This record gives sequence, C-alpha cells and structure tokens, in this order.
Amino acid sequence: MSESSVAVELQGIWKRFPGVIANSNINLKVASGTVHAIVGENGAGKSTLMKILYGMQKADEGTISINGAALVFNSPSDAIAAGIGMVHQHFMLADNFTVLENIILGSEPKSGGKLDFVKARKLISEIAAENGLAVNPDVLVSELGVGDRQRIEILKVLYRGANILILDEPTAVLVPHEVEELFNTLRDLKKQGFTVIFISHKLDEVLSIADEITVIRQGTTVGTVNPHLEKVSARDLAEMMVGNELPTPASVGNTIQDQVVLTVENLSVIATGGKAIVDGVSFKIRAGEILGIAGVEGNGQAEILNALMGIESATGKVMFQDEDISKKSTRHRRDLGIGFIPEDRQRQALLLEAPLWENRMLGHQTKAPNAKGFWLNPRGAKADTKRIVAEYDVRTPSIDVNASALSGGNQQKLIVGREMSNDPKLLIAAHPTRGVDVGAQAAIWDHIRNARQAGLAVLLISADLDELIGLSDSIKVLLRGKFVADADPATVTPQELGTAMTGAGRAA
Amino acid sequence: MNFRRLATSLVAPAIGLVVSLAATAVILISIDASVTVIFSSMWNYGTSPRAMTLMLNLATVYFLSALAVSIGFKMNLFNIGVNGQYILGSLAAAVVASNLQLPKVASITVTILTAMLVGAAWAGIAAWLKVARGVSEVISTIMLNFIAIGIISYLIVRTSIGTETGVNIRGTKLIPESGMLRGNAFIDPETKVYGFLFISIFVGIGYWFLLNRTRFGFDLRATGKSASAARTSGVQSTRMIVTTMLLSGAVAGLVGLPYLLGQTGSYNLQFPTEWGFIGIAIALLGRNNPVGIAFGAIFVAFLDVSSGQLVLEGVPREISTIMQGLIVIVVVISYEVVRRNQVKSEQRSVARALAKQEVSA
Repeated sequence: MSESSVAVELQGIWKRFPGVIANSNINLKVASGTVHAIVGENGAGKSTLMKILYGMQKADEGTISINGAALVFNSPSDAIAAGIGMVHQHFMLADNFTVLENIILGSEPKSGGKLDFVKARKLISEIAAENGLAVNPDVLVSELGVGDRQRIEILKVLYRGANILILDEPTAVLVPHEVEELFNTLRDLKKQGFTVIFISHKLDEVLSIADEITVIRQGTTVGTVNPHLEKVSARDLAEMMVGNELPTPASVGNTIQDQVVLTVENLSVIATGGKAIVDGVSFKIRAGEILGIAGVEGNGQAEILNALMGIESATGKVMFQDEDISKKSTRHRRDLGIGFIPEDRQRQALLLEAPLWENRMLGHQTKAPNAKGFWLNPRGAKADTKRIVAEYDVRTPSIDVNASALSGGNQQKLIVGREMSNDPKLLIAAHPTRGVDVGAQAAIWDHIRNARQAGLAVLLISADLDELIGLSDSIKVLLRGKFVADADPATVTPQELGTAMTGAGRAA
Repeated sequence: MNFRRLATSLVAPAIGLVVSLAATAVILISIDASVTVIFSSMWNYGTSPRAMTLMLNLATVYFLSALAVSIGFKMNLFNIGVNGQYILGSLAAAVVASNLQLPKVASITVTILTAMLVGAAWAGIAAWLKVARGVSEVISTIMLNFIAIGIISYLIVRTSIGTETGVNIRGTKLIPESGMLRGNAFIDPETKVYGFLFISIFVGIGYWFLLNRTRFGFDLRATGKSASAARTSGVQSTRMIVTTMLLSGAVAGLVGLPYLLGQTGSYNLQFPTEWGFIGIAIALLGRNNPVGIAFGAIFVAFLDVSSGQLVLEGVPREISTIMQGLIVIVVVISYEVVRRNQVKSEQRSVARALAKQEVSA
C-alpha cells in the first residue's frame, strides 16, 4: 500500500442505532486503483458503513478522508461531489425510460433551457467505449436483463464523474456468466485508474476479484488480507467473519423412516413473461429426512417454497402423505401440519406492528393454543409465546412488545419457535438461522434435529453451505429452476457444492 | 407499557383539538368575530338538554357510519360508498317496514335485517368488481353512490313506491307506529333520544369482539398490517375482500335507521345522503377503535348541533365545517407522528431492558 496513494481512509467510525451498535471503531484504507472487497455476515454492519461513506447516514464518531482530504458528508450529493458513486443492490432505474434517459436523469446536460441529447449521447458513448461497457442507449430499460441493468447503473455513476465506486452485493442478482462479465468490467475500470469497493458475502467471488479484502465482524473491522501476497481460502475468510472455528452442525445418524411425507412431481412455476422459473422439479421427502436444496439465490428456491405452500400458482403434482394438495389453499396445507419459515421474514412471516403473542398466532390462527373453534384464545397464545421465548432464547423484555422492536436474529428465533410448535409433520425452511448469533444457531439446529428424530420431514434451503451439508440427509443442486446434480452430504465439501451450484461441474 | 400506549393514544387527539381550536380562533379573528363570545355561546347551547339529545341522536348515526368505514379501513379497503349503501338500505327498510303488521320486536328485526342485506348487497357489487375485475373499490363505491341516488329518485318519483307524504314531498308510505323505534325523552322533556342508540352500542361491542376475539378478526387485522404476511399465514385475500366489504356494507345499511325509525317514518327525497363521508372522517379520528369512534362521533355531532349558534352570532356556520376538517387533518398527522415516536421509543426501551438483563446476568 505504501507505493500507491490512499483513495479512501476511514478512521474510528462509530454508528449506534437504538439497541444496536452497527459500526464500532471501523478502520479502513482503500488504495487507489484497486478492487477492495468488504466481507461480513448479514447484519455485520457492511451496509451501514457504505451508507456512511456515501453520505446517506452520518457517523457518530470518526473521520472520512478521500484522497488524503478529510471530508464531512451531509448527504449523498456531498459524496458524489467528492467523486464517490454507489451502485445499489436493488437497481434504481425507470423502466419506461431509455438507457440514455436513465443515465442522464438527475444531471441532464442542458443548452438554453433545453435538454441536450446530442451532447449526452456523445458523452455516454465516450465513457462506455473507454470502459468497455457496451450498451445501446436507445432501448427501453424494461427490455433489458439484469446484467445490462447493472451496466447502466455503473455507467450512471461514471457519468456523474465518480472515480471511487461502491458496489453493494453486485453479484447477488447475477447468473454466473454475468458475474464473469461484471468482473471483466471491474478489471477494466481498475486499469483506467478507478477505485472499486466491493461488498459481498460470497467468498469465492471475492477471492477471485479483490486485491485486498477487509473482514467486518459484529460491526468492527477485524482484519485486512491481501490474496495476492498470502494464501487465503474461503474458509479462512469465513472463520474471520464468524470469529473462531466455524460451528458446523454434525449430522447424527440416520433417522429416515419408510413413510413418504412429501411427493413433488414435475413442479413448474411460470413467470409472467412465460419463462419457467421452476422447471419440472420432482422429489420425495420421507419422515425423519432432511432434504437440502443448494443453489445460488434467485435460481428458483423461493418459488419452489411458495408453490409448495400454495402461495404461488404452479403446475405439477404435490402430495402430502396420501393427499393430493396441488390445488389446496395455503390454510389447508398449514392445517395438515406443514410449518413454513419463509425467506423474507419481515414481509412474509411477521406482523411488525403487532405484539409478539399475536405474531405467535400468525399462520397458526386456526389451531390450539391460539384458537378455540371460531374464537381466538389470547390467553393460550400468550402462554405459548412465553414458552417459545424461553425455549428459543428470544431476547425480549416482554411478549407485549411489537415484533418491530426485536433485532432480526430474535425475530428469526421467534419464527422458528412458532413454526416448530404444534408438532409439524413437514417443515419447509429457508435460511432458518440467517442473522442469528452463533450460540442460538446451534440451538436451532438441535431443535430441528430432535424433531427429525421424532419423524419430522424437512425441506431445507440455506445459503450457508456448511449448515446445508451438516443438517441434510441428501442434497439436490438447483440451477435455473432445474435440479442439475445430487450431492451426498457425507462426502461433499462446500467447495465442490459451490462449484456445482454455478453449473461448472458435478458434485461428488 | 400499556399505560404508556393509552397515554400516547390520547396525545394525538388532544393535540388535534388544541391546534384546531387555535386555528379556528385565528379564522374567527380574521373575520372580525369575537372568539370568546362565539366559543362560549357554542358551549352553552351545546350543553343544553335539547342540544345534548340532538347531539346523541346525530352521534348514533355517525357512529354506525364510522364503524362501517373502519371495518374496511382495518384491512386497507376504502369503502367510500357508505352513502349509497345506507340510502338504499333505508329505502328498502322503509318500504318493508311500512307493509309489516307485526309486533314491535319482530317488525324492527325484519326492518334491520332488510337494511343490512341491501347495504351488503350494494357493497357486494364493489367487492365483486374488485375481486373479479380488479376495479379499485374507491372508484366503484363512489360511482355506486351516484347510481344509488338515481335509482332512489326514480323509484320514489316514478313508481308506486313513492306517494305524496307532505306538501310537495314524495316519499315512501309511513311506517306504522308498531314498526317505529322512537326512543325516550330522558334528557330533554321535549325531544326523544333515538331507541337505536342502544342498538348501535350493541353493534359497537359486536365490532370489537369480531375484530379482537375471533379468527376472522385476526385474519382481517393481519391483512391490514401486512397483506403478504397474511397470505403466507393462509388468509385468502379474495375471500377476505368479499367478506369484509359485505360486512362493511351490512353495517352501512344501518346508518339511516336511527333517523328513519326514530324520526321520519318514511324515506323521502329530503333524506340526508352525506352521512357516509362524515363517517370516514370519524373513523380516522377514532383510529378504527369503537371507543375512539364513539368519542369522535359525539364530538363531531356536538360541532354540528352547536354550529346553529354561529348564525345567531352573525358568523357563517361553515366555520364549523372548516373546524371539523382541521381537526381531522391535525389528528391524522399527529397520530402518525406519535406512532413513529412510539415505535422508536419501544425499540429503545427494549434495548435498555435487555442491556440491564445482561448486566445483572
């Protein structure tokens, strides 16, 4: 770092929110003309840090220096003036505008009070040519795919004169070949002298693109490594992210029984455009079996879960035990004893502005202890909420507070506890320990394993490959809506599984 | 925690009242009227036995109207069509009741059921349009209001449903005394408090139980708080929309009955047609809570009844309408402000409580 100048330096950044310290004593140096990755678990404080750097939030303490000059950002326009540009994870483009219009939106070149499209077009094609970002400026954004949209976002930032680019989880929405294209773009940008800050939790990708990697754990920077100089594996990084040896759920014994709980035949979900998001998927889960589905986010996992719960319409056949439930309502499926932990807990699994005990009823409002026939039973629900709070270690002063007052991890514990109540026969779970601290994670694994011992069938989706391998009895790899490989959790490594998920090769 | 919630829920209306009184005072000063004279004259008249009776009667109507609206509000459905639902309900009730020869209880029961059924059916059209055709209920219910007025005019003016009930007044046949619910004059010896007051209290209690103590109520509230979470929990949104609209319409059907059975005994072309809109304002004031709505209804009714005094003091009575509008706006804004602060302060207090637990552990 000594030979090159420092583009961004953050010193002693603190940011506190009610009940949470998002950033504590963050120190970060980004050399100019490099790709610098920032990695950390969900909720480690990466996004907050980037919001501070982009002027969207103000740090409570600490200094920001850009190219050696200490600056204070009161709004994103201050950050933009200092040459910082942000490419958000969720694109901010107007669908019914052309590429050109989207790029100039907000900083239009004018001549005599009129929009100067000629000048804009010239400027954009210059920038695009310099950086190898091929786009047609006259197509509507609505006609473009995800990769193209991301290129437009990058162009937008460059057009505004940024020389330091922040990319927030840029690969989350991309398929593998688009990721490769993005990385080529980033390498080109680097050659042009741009500085790129790359936020991610996908460690393999980070290792392949970054010149330096800074790890954030529980709001603080725990170290910076240079993959060019020292040998670092994804697992080393993961251990830095978690703090110590990664806890891996050790699989215990085989509890699979003969009785088939869930049979799925030829399940397909078709998007409005006619594209099959889930494409003819079939599988069986027996009592006492955990089936894991591995896949990069956005390959159809969420749609399979929603289709199984009857939330999304699908074709194909879904059998629960001996009953065909393909056409049955969500409530009917839940009443049969299917527990559901959805991907998006705040939108799908919680009433944020309702007390915890009412959230205990959600999804189980037809059954004891929450209801007696037509009537609700608040007393029963409250008592059972207290049980969940105790058994799953939900940190809350009372069961009367609103769900919005709890941290994400505690919300998740409440949801898992709720879905494991009422003795479900089948649990459909997405990322059951996402955002949960390490101790509680082990407790949730134990709960799931104990229930499996008692005959619970589980369909598990998890971005945490160690969790997936540790818990599952068998694993199927999902790519673009299809199962492309099977993996045996007894022998497969996370690396092999990761490779299979991108479609690069077959897992063991 | 609960005490604090109660306190914060009273803060908003208190702010609304103070701000709107202040704003009204400014308006009065700007038209060179004496603020103290006018406020005291409104208060003095408004608290007289006769005015209190009129106020209770009007509040009964407003209460039912606001309940009908708030059933929809609870799940983010905007039933703007209470007007159409209650005038059709009242007309049907008047026609049926005037042809009944039954004992009082039976006759009134049939009248009430008729009104509820017709109100629900009229709201059901909007529900069907929304579920089957994706038409916004805001637009369809407003349009249905106009259609209802047209239908009623036609029926009363052009068909045998209408007769000459007074000088140049056409309306339905008078309801026999056995079908009326005139109430008792227990506050003011000259004016009766509508008997329907007690039925509406009963409806309010029923509303509370339905929402807070039944599975249906839970589904309805869950849908209002998060449609996506409700769907995941197994609530069928189309069925909920239809049921809620029907219920809202059924309660809306009752809105005209206190007046019909307590006063006119006939639906004529002078029957008020705007009570539904006042219900929207009162539902907002009362935060869809039956007790809040009761207070809101009494308050608005007080302003309506005592606004007559404004004219005597030489001030246009529209001042009272301005005041009502101001109150609604200010209260709605302060509810939102209070709510946001409440969410933040709860997060802080949870964090504090947990920090303490950890220290002592």
